[in-house]
Amino acid sequence: MTRFLVKRIGMMIVTLFLIALLTFVLMHAVPGGPFTSDKQVSKAVMDALNEKYKLNDPLWKQFLDYMRGLVRFDLGPSFKYQGKTVNDFISNGLPYSAKLGAITLVFVLCASIPMGIISALRNGKWQDMLVMALATVGVTIPSFVIATGLIYFFSFKLGWTPVYGVDKWQGYILPVIAMGGYSVSFLARLMRSSLLDVMGQDYIRTARAKGISETRVILKHALRNALIPVITVLGPTVANLLTGSFVIEKIFAIPGMGGYFVNSVTQRDYTTIMGMTVFYAAFLIAMVFIVDLFYCLIDPRIKYD
Amino acid sequence: MSEINLKEPLLQVQNLVQHFPISRSFTVKAVNGVSFYIRPGETYGLVGESGSGKTTIGRSVIRLYNPTGGQMLFQGQDITGKLDGKTREMLRKDMQMIFQDPMASLNPRKKVEDIIGEGLEIHHIGASKQERQALIGDMLKKVGLSPEHAARYPHQFSGGQRQRVGIARALIMNPKLIIADECISALDVSIQAQVVNLMRDIQEETHCAYLFIAHDLSMVKYISDRIGVLHLGYMVESGTKEEIFSNPVHPYTKSLLSAIPHPNPEVEKRRKAITYDYASSGLDYAAGTEHNVGGTHTVLGTDEDIRRWQKQ
Amino acid sequence: MSEAKVVGNPSANKKILDIKNLDISFQTNAGTIHAIRGVNLDLCKGETVAIVGESGSGKSVTMKAVMGLLDSNATVNSGEILYTYTDEKGQEATVDLLKLPKKQLRQNFNGQRIAMVFQDPMTSLDPTMTIGKQIMESMFLHLQMDKEAAKARALELLELVGIPDAEKRFKNYPHQLSGGMRQRVVIAIALSANPDILICDEPTTALDVTIQARILELIMEIQQKMGLSVVYITHDLGVVAKVADYVDVMYAGKIVEVGNVNEIFFEPKHPYTWGLLSAMPDLETDDDRLYSIPGSPPNLLREPKGDAFAARNQFALAIDEKAEPPLFQISPTHWAATWLLHPDAPKVEMPPELVARLARARKEAEKYL
Repeated sequence: MTRFLVKRIGMMIVTLFLIALLTFVLMHAVPGGPFTSDKQVSKAVMDALNEKYKLNDPLWKQFLDYMRGLVRFDLGPSFKYQGKTVNDFISNGLPYSAKLGAITLVFVLCASIPMGIISALRNGKWQDMLVMALATVGVTIPSFVIATGLIYFFSFKLGWTPVYGVDKWQGYILPVIAMGGYSVSFLARLMRSSLLDVMGQDYIRTARAKGISETRVILKHALRNALIPVITVLGPTVANLLTGSFVIEKIFAIPGMGGYFVNSVTQRDYTTIMGMTVFYAAFLIAMVFIVDLFYCLIDPRIKYD
Repeated sequence: MSEINLKEPLLQVQNLVQHFPISRSFTVKAVNGVSFYIRPGETYGLVGESGSGKTTIGRSVIRLYNPTGGQMLFQGQDITGKLDGKTREMLRKDMQMIFQDPMASLNPRKKVEDIIGEGLEIHHIGASKQERQALIGDMLKKVGLSPEHAARYPHQFSGGQRQRVGIARALIMNPKLIIADECISALDVSIQAQVVNLMRDIQEETHCAYLFIAHDLSMVKYISDRIGVLHLGYMVESGTKEEIFSNPVHPYTKSLLSAIPHPNPEVEKRRKAITYDYASSGLDYAAGTEHNVGGTHTVLGTDEDIRRWQKQ
Repeated sequence: MSEAKVVGNPSANKKILDIKNLDISFQTNAGTIHAIRGVNLDLCKGETVAIVGESGSGKSVTMKAVMGLLDSNATVNSGEILYTYTDEKGQEATVDLLKLPKKQLRQNFNGQRIAMVFQDPMTSLDPTMTIGKQIMESMFLHLQMDKEAAKARALELLELVGIPDAEKRFKNYPHQLSGGMRQRVVIAIALSANPDILICDEPTTALDVTIQARILELIMEIQQKMGLSVVYITHDLGVVAKVADYVDVMYAGKIVEVGNVNEIFFEPKHPYTWGLLSAMPDLETDDDRLYSIPGSPPNLLREPKGDAFAARNQFALAIDEKAEPPLFQISPTHWAATWLLHPDAPKVEMPPELVARLARARKEAEKYL
């Protein structure tokens, strides 16, 4: 197990390094720089700026400097906002994104898994049809359309929820539904097919032949096995939800990370783009890693060594 | 079978070793130095329990695996290492395989004529589409199906018919050697007999040789000329079927033979199988060498083992 | 079937399971499959019955009906499955398992009174639960045992089924055991709640011959120790010869021949039984060709007209095309459904290969007598 952990963490670091390198190279391959703009800036100012942000150094040196900072969890200063660092952006935006993401995650799990179970156990009945219809809608309609529709009905027509902002708890309802819609639908379908598959397995027949009740057969034998594929896709889903969705944050005016990220791209704020990308990547890799560890707990056939 | 050419073996396997490294510290030693030969037109049966390496040997011979060690000659050509184009062509044409599960080993989205005809196309046999179709139709008749079956898909057949398709697919290349890997185990008893009879008829007609891999000893005895008994990747005993069945020497062979169920209640109710457990037998297969105990009959063991077993 | 007779053995033992005129069909996309077409079968206390037949003959479906494990697209058209047992108060009771509510059947009969061993030990154990837990599960439920008592009994059972190092194995997961060991665990699970009847569905088909013999011997040993009645479902006549007292030969959803094991093996009367016996090579078979039953079993999507076996039967009579043969009695225990046994039928001898085979078998048997 220790060997696996060491190996795995090593792999994670290498992956992160490659992502950082790739982002860095791609960004510098695009013509123009962070200070290119419509306004004419005098050459002296330009030189001073380039000097200040060490943009005159050779690329490899810039990269090394960047990596040096990264090791100390310092993602560097923003090129666009005086006196702000990328770390500031993340620490400002992340709490909002993460809170929204965490609530969405709870919603996704609480909705999708029971939906999948019901639809599998009532295979072919009206409950199954209903869940599958909902899930198809959730997978096919983009989140911003759902969000707009929700706002129109619940905020505008019925006035039950605020149109934007998350100052009150009611403010979370619509963004959570809009953001989680896709994952709920996706996971519900996965849960359904996985449980249907498991219910047809021989060991379920063995359990029934033992004479234990159907409820117990499902709870003790079927669910655990059916959850294995669901857990596989949970890692990327969790990372996605917790790091926020720019669209949703924009529509509901939530000051999360998504906004900073998109701004940094349009403004060519090198360090912010780099920092955010590396942060997203690190988060995703960490989540996948945690999911792999969870595997061990739920499926005894998997042993890491 | 009088027309068998007894001079030159068709397939000669010398000291075949097949290991599969799983991780740096763990290697599955599936086959540990197995030797045998098959003459043209004869049937060689490989028997053993699961994990004995019998399936692995079949796959190594047809080069689905790269052998770890040893040498294999097929029609006098070395087929062990990296194959040159000509040898590969010869191997792919003259050696064919019939698989265990006739459902899983046929592509469900292909028509039977495409499954059977694929080899013809690859090896450019038959000048035109019509000619190929005629060949396929003949082949279907030969295996007891009708040419109308050509346009059907595998799922439209019963298990026994599907295995006939598998046999037709192998046969159409007119191979010299057919590796039949548990090809009747998944079939019902009444259908097993049909398929085995078919295989015998085909052998009589085309003089192809079979490497018949199975765990069902009574069927192996029925179809084979010579038999090799495998255990844990070692060939513990080999000889003609008479030598093996009337005079088994190795304790594993004895236990295997005693375990065959006889369809005879008076016998079965009174007979107990001989048990054999390698771990507690005190034997070390790696230390043994091949001893000839008469005729073509060979047994794996140390000198002392062989003496002891022969006394019993 | 109006001429349904009470087919059975006049054994001194009490009848424990009595299947009468069972008729089951399945709704599928392709249409209705009439899988069981009037099956009569009985099992007496302490005895072993083997049901022999090819895949699709209905042998597994019959026993699934006993367990209440039929798939949801199955319909029981008619029939009774009478089960006689001693209830909690020590009184003898008989129930029709088909009439019981599914819940009650599951709670009070499955596992506790009627248990089952399945074909493929590789897939019939829950991969995410230790084998100890899987064995104890039904003890908690049916025997109301506490954890300690259940564990002690589970360890006893593991030893009974010949698993060394029971204490260590108790905590193992199925994937840590070999196929033979897993099948022993499945047997231990089946035995865990002290059943009266053990149904073994092809218990050794997926196992190697050497392990097969040991598992069969184990089941026989336990049967004697615990006074179990056992039903085997199998297509392997070698297995039948080893374990059975009575044999039911099934074809296309019907029992075509029934008798005690010696009658079936030494004096078979139905051409299908002849075919089955001839198709399996014994170790003396050296003929150039194996006898084989031509064709394949009928598709039960269409109701067979006359005798379902007629199309594959080289001895078929004209009447086979028109009317289904009733069961003719040959001895107090031996019945067969073939028109060849009708007094007006022409005299037909079994195939010469089989005559020779049976002679050999009798001779071989004498060595053991």
